[in-house]
Amino acid sequence: MIRVAMAYVPSRAAAEEAVQETWIAVMRGIDEFEGRSSLKTWIFRILTNVAIRTGSRERRSTPFSALAAAEDTGEPSVDPDRFLPADHELWPGHWAIMPTRWPTPDEGLLAGETRDVIAAAIADLPVAQRTVIGLRDVEGWSSEEVSEALEISAGNQRVLLHRARSRVRNAIESYYGAVTAEPVGDTALQDSDD
Amino acid sequence: MTEEPDREDLACIQVVEIVTDYLDGALPAEEATRLERHLETCPGCTEYLEQMRTLAGSLGGRGEQSLSVEMRDSLIATFREFQRDP
Repeated sequence: MIRVAMAYVPSRAAAEEAVQETWIAVMRGIDEFEGRSSLKTWIFRILTNVAIRTGSRERRSTPFSALAAAEDTGEPSVDPDRFLPADHELWPGHWAIMPTRWPTPDEGLLAGETRDVIAAAIADLPVAQRTVIGLRDVEGWSSEEVSEALEISAGNQRVLLHRARSRVRNAIESYYGAVTAEPVGDTALQDSDD
Repeated sequence: MTEEPDREDLACIQVVEIVTDYLDGALPAEEATRLERHLETCPGCTEYLEQMRTLAGSLGGRGEQSLSVEMRDSLIATFREFQRDP
Protein backbone atom coordinates (compact mmCIF):
# COMPACT_ATOMS: atom_id res chain seq x y z
CA MET A 1 0.00 0.00 0.00
CA ILE A 2 2.86 2.33 0.78
CA ARG A 3 4.26 1.60 -2.66
CA VAL A 4 1.05 2.75 -4.31
CA ALA A 5 0.67 5.79 -2.06
CA MET A 6 4.24 6.87 -2.84
CA ALA A 7 3.19 7.38 -6.45
CA TYR A 8 0.92 10.21 -5.34
CA VAL A 9 2.61 11.85 -2.39
CA PRO A 10 6.05 13.40 -2.03
CA SER A 11 7.39 11.52 0.97
CA ARG A 12 7.40 8.20 2.74
CA ALA A 13 5.90 9.88 5.81
CA ALA A 14 2.98 11.23 3.78
CA ALA A 15 2.49 7.79 2.23
CA GLU A 16 2.36 6.13 5.65
CA GLU A 17 -0.18 8.70 6.74
CA ALA A 18 -2.32 7.97 3.68
CA VAL A 19 -2.20 4.24 4.41
CA GLN A 20 -3.22 4.83 8.00
CA GLU A 21 -6.08 7.03 6.89
CA THR A 22 -7.13 4.40 4.37
CA TRP A 23 -7.45 1.70 7.02
CA ILE A 24 -9.61 3.96 9.10
CA ALA A 25 -11.84 4.63 6.08
CA VAL A 26 -11.93 0.89 5.32
CA MET A 27 -13.07 0.03 8.83
CA ARG A 28 -15.68 2.75 8.83
CA GLY A 29 -16.99 1.83 5.43
CA ILE A 30 -16.71 -1.95 5.44
CA ASP A 31 -20.47 -2.34 5.88
CA GLU A 32 -20.96 -0.50 2.61
CA PHE A 33 -18.68 -2.84 0.72
CA GLU A 34 -21.00 -4.60 -1.69
CA GLY A 35 -18.64 -7.15 -3.13
CA ARG A 36 -18.97 -5.80 -6.65
CA SER A 37 -15.19 -5.64 -6.91
CA SER A 38 -12.67 -7.64 -4.93
CA LEU A 39 -11.99 -6.40 -1.42
CA LYS A 40 -8.42 -5.67 -2.46
CA THR A 41 -9.54 -3.49 -5.36
CA TRP A 42 -11.99 -1.68 -3.12
CA ILE A 43 -9.31 -0.95 -0.50
CA PHE A 44 -6.88 0.31 -3.11
CA ARG A 45 -9.53 2.52 -4.67
CA ILE A 46 -9.91 4.16 -1.25
CA LEU A 47 -6.14 4.38 -0.89
CA THR A 48 -5.67 6.13 -4.22
CA ASN A 49 -8.41 8.62 -3.39
CA VAL A 50 -6.89 9.36 0.00
CA ALA A 51 -3.40 9.61 -1.49
CA ILE A 52 -4.52 11.93 -4.27
CA ARG A 53 -6.17 14.16 -1.69
CA THR A 54 -3.05 14.13 0.49
CA GLY A 55 -0.92 14.77 -2.58
CA SER A 56 -2.95 17.81 -3.58
CA ARG A 57 -2.69 19.22 -0.07
CA GLU A 58 1.04 18.86 -0.43
CA ARG A 59 0.97 20.37 -3.91
CA ARG A 60 1.57 17.17 -5.82
CA SER A 61 -1.65 15.90 -7.20
CA THR A 62 -0.62 14.53 -10.57
CA PRO A 63 -2.98 11.68 -11.44
CA PHE A 64 -1.20 8.41 -12.04
CA SER A 65 -2.37 8.31 -15.65
CA ALA A 66 -0.56 11.63 -16.27
CA LEU A 67 2.63 10.31 -14.69
CA ALA A 68 2.29 7.23 -16.84
CA ALA A 69 1.84 9.25 -20.01
CA ALA A 70 4.83 11.43 -19.19
CA GLU A 71 7.01 8.36 -18.75
CA ASP A 72 6.00 6.79 -22.04
CA THR A 73 8.71 8.48 -24.02
CA GLY A 74 9.05 5.69 -26.54
CA GLU A 75 12.64 5.08 -25.54
CA PRO A 76 14.05 1.88 -27.04
CA SER A 77 14.17 -1.16 -24.76
CA VAL A 78 17.67 -2.02 -25.90
CA ASP A 79 20.37 0.33 -27.19
CA PRO A 80 19.78 0.53 -30.99
CA ASP A 81 23.54 0.15 -31.51
CA ARG A 82 23.15 -3.47 -30.44
CA PHE A 83 21.30 -4.15 -33.71
CA LEU A 84 22.35 -4.18 -37.35
CA PRO A 85 21.18 -1.12 -39.27
CA ALA A 86 17.80 -1.01 -41.02
CA ASP A 87 19.54 -0.98 -44.40
CA HIS A 88 21.63 -4.05 -43.70
CA GLU A 89 21.36 -6.22 -46.80
CA LEU A 90 20.71 -9.54 -45.10
CA TRP A 91 19.73 -9.02 -41.48
CA PRO A 92 18.24 -5.56 -40.95
CA GLY A 93 17.36 -4.96 -37.31
CA HIS A 94 18.81 -8.23 -36.09
CA TRP A 95 21.24 -8.52 -33.22
CA ALA A 96 24.75 -7.23 -33.90
CA ILE A 97 25.74 -7.94 -30.31
CA MET A 98 23.56 -10.61 -28.78
CA PRO A 99 22.71 -10.77 -25.12
CA THR A 100 24.92 -13.36 -23.49
CA ARG A 101 23.82 -15.68 -20.76
CA TRP A 102 23.96 -14.26 -17.26
CA PRO A 103 26.07 -16.20 -14.84
CA THR A 104 22.99 -16.59 -12.65
CA PRO A 105 23.83 -18.37 -9.41
CA ASP A 106 21.73 -21.34 -8.34
CA GLU A 107 20.01 -19.26 -5.73
CA GLY A 108 18.67 -17.01 -8.46
CA LEU A 109 19.12 -13.45 -9.54
CA LEU A 110 18.63 -12.05 -6.10
CA ALA A 111 21.67 -13.70 -4.60
CA GLY A 112 24.65 -11.65 -3.58
CA GLU A 113 25.56 -8.40 -5.22
CA THR A 114 23.01 -8.67 -8.02
CA ARG A 115 20.37 -7.95 -5.42
CA ASP A 116 21.92 -4.52 -4.83
CA VAL A 117 22.22 -3.84 -8.55
CA ILE A 118 18.53 -4.64 -9.02
CA ALA A 119 17.46 -2.61 -5.99
CA ALA A 120 19.46 0.39 -7.24
CA ALA A 121 18.03 0.06 -10.74
CA ILE A 122 14.47 -0.06 -9.39
CA ALA A 123 15.12 2.91 -7.11
CA ASP A 124 16.34 4.90 -10.14
CA LEU A 125 13.16 4.30 -12.15
CA PRO A 126 10.65 7.10 -12.67
CA VAL A 127 7.82 6.82 -10.18
CA ALA A 128 5.11 5.26 -12.36
CA GLN A 129 7.47 2.56 -13.67
CA ARG A 130 8.74 1.88 -10.17
CA THR A 131 5.22 1.51 -8.85
CA VAL A 132 4.16 -0.90 -11.57
CA ILE A 133 7.23 -3.15 -11.41
CA GLY A 134 6.90 -3.12 -7.62
CA LEU A 135 3.31 -4.31 -7.71
CA ARG A 136 3.71 -6.79 -10.56
CA ASP A 137 7.12 -8.33 -9.98
CA VAL A 138 7.84 -7.71 -6.32
CA GLU A 139 4.33 -8.05 -4.87
CA GLY A 140 3.16 -10.48 -7.52
CA TRP A 141 -0.07 -8.72 -8.51
CA SER A 142 -1.84 -9.55 -11.75
CA SER A 143 -2.05 -7.14 -14.65
CA GLU A 144 -5.77 -6.57 -13.92
CA GLU A 145 -5.19 -5.80 -10.25
CA VAL A 146 -2.50 -3.26 -11.07
CA SER A 147 -4.48 -1.46 -13.74
CA GLU A 148 -7.56 -1.31 -11.49
CA ALA A 149 -5.67 -0.04 -8.46
CA LEU A 150 -3.83 2.62 -10.45
CA GLU A 151 -6.77 3.41 -12.73
CA ILE A 152 -4.86 3.00 -15.95
CA SER A 153 -5.54 0.72 -18.90
CA ALA A 154 -4.01 -2.74 -18.99
CA GLY A 155 -2.04 -1.60 -22.04
CA ASN A 156 -0.58 1.44 -20.29
CA GLN A 157 0.24 -0.70 -17.32
CA ARG A 158 2.12 -3.09 -19.57
CA VAL A 159 4.08 -0.30 -21.29
CA LEU A 160 5.29 0.91 -17.89
CA LEU A 161 6.15 -2.63 -16.83
CA HIS A 162 8.08 -3.20 -20.03
CA ARG A 163 10.08 0.02 -19.68
CA ALA A 164 10.84 -0.84 -16.07
CA ARG A 165 11.91 -4.42 -16.74
CA SER A 166 14.00 -3.31 -19.72
CA ARG A 167 15.90 -0.80 -17.63
CA VAL A 168 16.50 -3.30 -14.86
CA ARG A 169 17.63 -5.88 -17.41
CA ASN A 170 20.04 -3.38 -18.92
CA ALA A 171 21.43 -2.63 -15.46
CA ILE A 172 22.01 -6.33 -14.74
CA GLU A 173 23.63 -6.75 -18.13
CA SER A 174 26.03 -3.87 -17.56
CA TYR A 175 26.83 -5.28 -14.14
CA TYR A 176 27.74 -8.65 -15.54
CA GLY A 177 29.64 -6.97 -18.34
CA ALA A 178 27.75 -9.36 -20.54
CA VAL A 179 28.12 -7.18 -23.59
CA THR A 180 31.13 -8.71 -25.22
CA ALA A 181 33.17 -6.86 -27.79
CA GLU A 182 32.51 -9.63 -30.24
CA PRO A 183 29.98 -8.62 -32.87
CA VAL A 184 28.27 -11.55 -34.56
CA GLY A 185 26.72 -9.36 -37.23
CA ASP A 186 28.39 -7.63 -40.12
CA THR A 187 31.58 -9.60 -40.49
CA ALA A 188 30.31 -13.00 -39.46
CA LEU A 189 27.30 -13.03 -41.73
CA GLN A 190 28.76 -11.53 -44.85
CA ASP A 191 30.45 -13.55 -47.53
CA SER A 192 34.04 -14.18 -46.70
CA ASP A 193 35.27 -14.87 -50.20
CA ASP A 194 37.84 -12.08 -50.30
CA MET B 1 23.47 -24.58 -44.53
CA THR B 2 22.76 -21.20 -46.04
CA GLU B 3 20.88 -18.78 -43.88
CA GLU B 4 18.25 -17.06 -45.96
CA PRO B 5 16.40 -14.36 -44.09
CA ASP B 6 12.65 -14.86 -43.96
CA ARG B 7 11.00 -11.64 -45.08
CA GLU B 8 7.97 -12.42 -42.94
CA ASP B 9 10.20 -12.72 -39.91
CA LEU B 10 10.21 -10.16 -37.15
CA ALA B 11 13.43 -8.24 -36.67
CA CYS B 12 15.11 -8.65 -33.28
CA ILE B 13 14.79 -4.90 -32.70
CA GLN B 14 10.98 -5.38 -32.89
CA VAL B 15 11.02 -8.50 -30.73
CA VAL B 16 12.60 -6.76 -27.74
CA GLU B 17 9.66 -4.32 -27.68
CA ILE B 18 6.94 -6.96 -27.44
CA VAL B 19 8.32 -9.56 -25.02
CA THR B 20 6.40 -8.20 -22.02
CA ASP B 21 3.14 -8.34 -24.01
CA TYR B 22 4.08 -11.89 -24.97
CA LEU B 23 4.88 -12.96 -21.40
CA ASP B 24 1.58 -11.43 -20.26
CA GLY B 25 -0.33 -13.35 -22.91
CA ALA B 26 -1.47 -10.03 -24.36
CA LEU B 27 -0.17 -10.44 -27.91
CA PRO B 28 -2.73 -11.24 -30.61
CA ALA B 29 -2.44 -14.95 -31.49
CA GLU B 30 -1.04 -14.24 -34.93
CA GLU B 31 1.73 -12.04 -33.60
CA ALA B 32 2.55 -14.51 -30.85
CA THR B 33 2.98 -17.18 -33.50
CA ARG B 34 5.30 -14.91 -35.50
CA LEU B 35 7.33 -14.31 -32.36
CA GLU B 36 7.57 -18.02 -31.58
CA ARG B 37 8.64 -18.74 -35.14
CA HIS B 38 11.35 -16.09 -34.80
CA LEU B 39 12.55 -17.59 -31.52
CA GLU B 40 13.07 -20.98 -33.15
CA THR B 41 15.95 -19.60 -35.17
CA CYS B 42 17.21 -16.75 -33.02
CA PRO B 43 19.41 -17.56 -30.02
CA GLY B 44 19.81 -13.85 -29.19
CA CYS B 45 16.08 -13.24 -28.77
CA THR B 46 15.63 -16.58 -27.00
CA GLU B 47 18.19 -15.48 -24.44
CA TYR B 48 16.63 -12.04 -24.20
CA LEU B 49 13.18 -13.52 -23.53
CA GLU B 50 14.68 -15.88 -20.95
CA GLN B 51 16.33 -12.96 -19.15
CA MET B 52 13.10 -10.97 -19.04
CA ARG B 53 11.24 -14.03 -17.80
CA THR B 54 13.85 -14.66 -15.10
CA LEU B 55 13.71 -11.05 -14.06
CA ALA B 56 9.92 -11.02 -13.87
CA GLY B 57 9.85 -14.14 -11.77
CA SER B 58 12.61 -13.41 -9.33
CA LEU B 59 11.94 -10.07 -7.71
CA GLY B 60 9.44 -11.26 -5.13
CA GLY B 61 10.04 -11.31 -1.43
CA ARG B 62 12.56 -8.54 -1.23
CA GLY B 63 10.84 -7.21 1.84
CA GLU B 64 12.55 -3.85 1.63
CA GLN B 65 9.20 -2.11 1.92
CA SER B 66 8.51 -3.54 5.35
CA LEU B 67 6.78 -1.25 7.79
CA SER B 68 8.67 0.99 10.14
CA VAL B 69 8.22 0.20 13.82
CA GLU B 70 6.38 3.51 14.34
CA MET B 71 3.97 2.82 11.54
CA ARG B 72 3.27 -0.72 12.70
CA ASP B 73 2.58 0.46 16.23
CA SER B 74 0.37 3.26 15.05
CA LEU B 75 -1.65 0.93 12.79
CA ILE B 76 -2.12 -1.58 15.59
CA ALA B 77 -3.24 1.25 17.87
CA THR B 78 -5.75 2.34 15.23
CA PHE B 79 -7.16 -1.17 14.93
CA ARG B 80 -7.43 -1.56 18.74
CA GLU B 81 -9.10 1.81 19.04
CA PHE B 82 -11.63 0.79 16.46
CA GLN B 83 -12.55 -2.45 18.15
CA ARG B 84 -13.45 -0.58 21.30
CA ASP B 85 -15.92 1.63 19.44
CA PRO B 86 -19.55 0.50 19.75
